[in-house]
Amino acid sequence: MTDPAPTTNPRDRSDTSQRMAKSASSPRTSRSARRTRTGRRSPLASVALLVIGLMATGGAYAAFTSAASAEDNGSANIADADAKNGEKLFQANCATCHGTNGEGTNQAPTLLGVGAASVDFQVGTGRMPMAVQGPQAERKPPQFTDAQVKDLAAYVASLAPGPEIPADEYLTGKGDVTEGAELFRINCAMCHNVSGAGGALTEGKFAPSLKGVSAAHIYEAMLTGPQNMPVFNDQNISPEDKANVIAYLTYLDDHASPGGLDLGDLGPVSEGLFVWIFALGSIVAITVWLTAKSN
Amino acid sequence: MSTTTAPAPNEQATRGTRFTSWAANYVDERTSMSGLVKELGRKIFPDHWSFMLGEVALYSFVVILLSGSFLTFFFQASMAEVEYDGSYVPLKGLEMSAAMQSTLNISFDLRGGLLIRQIHHWAALLFVASIGLHMLRVFFTGAFRKPREVNWLVGFLLFVLAMAEGFTGYSLPDDLLSGNGLRIIDGMVKGVPFFGTWISYLLFGGEFPGTQIVGRLYTLHILLLPAILVALLGVHMLLLIVNKHTQFAGPGRTNDNVVGSPIMPVFAAKAGGFFFIVFGVIALVAATVTINPIWAYGPYDPSPVSAGTQPDWYIGFADGALRLIPPGWELMLGPYTLSLNILVPILVLLVFLAVVAVYPFVEAWITNDKREHHIADRPRNAPTRTAIGAAGVTFYAGLWSAASSDLIATHFKLSIESVTHVIQAVTILGPIVAFFVTKRICLALQKKDREIALHGFESGRIVRLPGGEYIEVHEQLSEYERWRLVSFEEYHPVMVRPDARGRITQRAKLRASLSSWFFEDRIAPVTQKELESSSHGHH
Repeated sequence: MTDPAPTTNPRDRSDTSQRMAKSASSPRTSRSARRTRTGRRSPLASVALLVIGLMATGGAYAAFTSAASAEDNGSANIADADAKNGEKLFQANCATCHGTNGEGTNQAPTLLGVGAASVDFQVGTGRMPMAVQGPQAERKPPQFTDAQVKDLAAYVASLAPGPEIPADEYLTGKGDVTEGAELFRINCAMCHNVSGAGGALTEGKFAPSLKGVSAAHIYEAMLTGPQNMPVFNDQNISPEDKANVIAYLTYLDDHASPGGLDLGDLGPVSEGLFVWIFALGSIVAITVWLTAKSN
Repeated sequence: MSTTTAPAPNEQATRGTRFTSWAANYVDERTSMSGLVKELGRKIFPDHWSFMLGEVALYSFVVILLSGSFLTFFFQASMAEVEYDGSYVPLKGLEMSAAMQSTLNISFDLRGGLLIRQIHHWAALLFVASIGLHMLRVFFTGAFRKPREVNWLVGFLLFVLAMAEGFTGYSLPDDLLSGNGLRIIDGMVKGVPFFGTWISYLLFGGEFPGTQIVGRLYTLHILLLPAILVALLGVHMLLLIVNKHTQFAGPGRTNDNVVGSPIMPVFAAKAGGFFFIVFGVIALVAATVTINPIWAYGPYDPSPVSAGTQPDWYIGFADGALRLIPPGWELMLGPYTLSLNILVPILVLLVFLAVVAVYPFVEAWITNDKREHHIADRPRNAPTRTAIGAAGVTFYAGLWSAASSDLIATHFKLSIESVTHVIQAVTILGPIVAFFVTKRICLALQKKDREIALHGFESGRIVRLPGGEYIEVHEQLSEYERWRLVSFEEYHPVMVRPDARGRITQRAKLRASLSSWFFEDRIAPVTQKELESSSHGHH
């Protein structure tokens, strides 16, 4: 296939020479330039339009959603929280499902007695407000700033007494790591996996990964038992022991696996996949290479 | 070796050469080794990548032996209670068995210990994986046919021993994961009617977990099983030498010869290099990727079970079989419980393994083929066998994937129940679908081969004839290329014939029906006559 020579019709000679100058580098552009002259759109034009449209929509969506999610992660103190503001936020964002007084509807449970700790966990980790009804509320970028979360928590706590947001002394990430690890293996590992990598529950529910979860949220989760998690109250696991568990999880976050890549801490399944795909895979590739006939 | 080199121009032998010949002579006069070396040195290995898979298994086994010997110097196979006082902070001060403590010390307080431990474990995974791939190669190329059926059986035993070695090794550190694995074994043993509880008590020296099991498994792991394994490995290699290696069909390659490189010096050099490549890959993986982080699992305690508790991959199919059994498969026989949820998977696994072991004998009986076969089949040229293999692989894959049902559920955001139901269906129906699909694919590929052998391949060159007709020029294969496509054997179903006493036995009828199932759909190889007539017709 050869490209036809550019037209040299005397009627548009000047036009042609201009075009030639512009597209001296490749015949392809000269062809597309001619198409423009004949009034036909490039076959790629509609694709390009589609791509531009999609990028614009997607970009705008991303911009708006990131604007909507909380930006300051500085910790706000519950003592400074404004329950009045919390009530406004509650009415605007939570009342539809939880009822105007937090009494609950057939869509969502009552919030009377769940306490500030529940609100701080559920809203602070982005689980509430839920994006969609599903097997369980999923962690996502929080919708409110930390100050707003504390306002909401103060409001909900004012409705009825419940577990409070833990004191800072338990959230330092320091404590008896050995004790924490032992408690974690006995109480938490059956769902969250020994390394806190998470695990499956029934009917599409799951125990999430605990990597990078803040100390306050771990404490509050133990205290309030969100989603399918059981409650570990202070009689069950004392605040000091909760701090020890947090210390162990902090240790895991701070220390990479001594053996190298951890393959997601998923145990023998990821090891097996790794050995088949990468170890045996590369060795088979080498055998093919070694026995290849030279050309 | 020196006999192959041309005589040196200067007859004056150097000192080194004189020493070599003296030493060789010394050894030969006392051992008569030259005959053996001559025999072995001329053994021929054909070149094909798939023929190197068994080597991978052999070399990873050597790596396992080397690294394992190192580990035995420091591992204590004892379940005595000790307090951990090593470097790993989150376990400091914890009570644990001496086995766990010594494994932690190997990992954290012994120079290079963690690397060697990881080399040992990765090499073990690679060992079983390469055995599996090697077996698949032998199966799909029909390399188990006479005279190699016995070697298939030996290889099968090696595979089972490798799994046993792996499992006993996995159980030695006495961490949470290995203890959970043993608990499952204990449960399976106890599920056996009448004897189960007795066997369990005998195995564990009392109630699970007892204080005996690590020591006993250690003896199995480093003494008994390796001894049997090495002995069988010797038999396997010996039979390989006696039977000679199979080769794929090609010009100059017949059922009576082997074309390839001799052991001395070409193959030996190649194999030596390949050993270091395998060792290198294992070392690279072990140096960069964690395996079995016992420090995360902690010491064994019968109460906790971690999410994502799985056996190493090669026991996965057994774990998966247990997971696939629907709930409630138990029968009450008076005061006794018959645990079908345990017995059925055990039986299914044993039957599956038995079918793998005896398949060569079954196929030999069905085909009634008593000839020796030294030319490896291309899988497409034995459609029914390939289809059976594909069905077996699908069945195994179903069981295998079931062992990771929880991780499939979490990572693909599915519910574990639906994952289990889908895998149940795949495990039962998948093999049937795989059988028919594979058989059709094989027959279609054979048809394509036949077409190419007879009419050549489409060259992509379009020619316009004087009359205006367009044709695409087909180019003929060269003699060499065509050889591969036409040289395979054609089987016919075995006929039902009366035996010497004029009777048609049930056996003969069964064989005839199985044989016709095996061979009724077939594509005949291109004959010389067809080739000649087709080449005359076209040119």
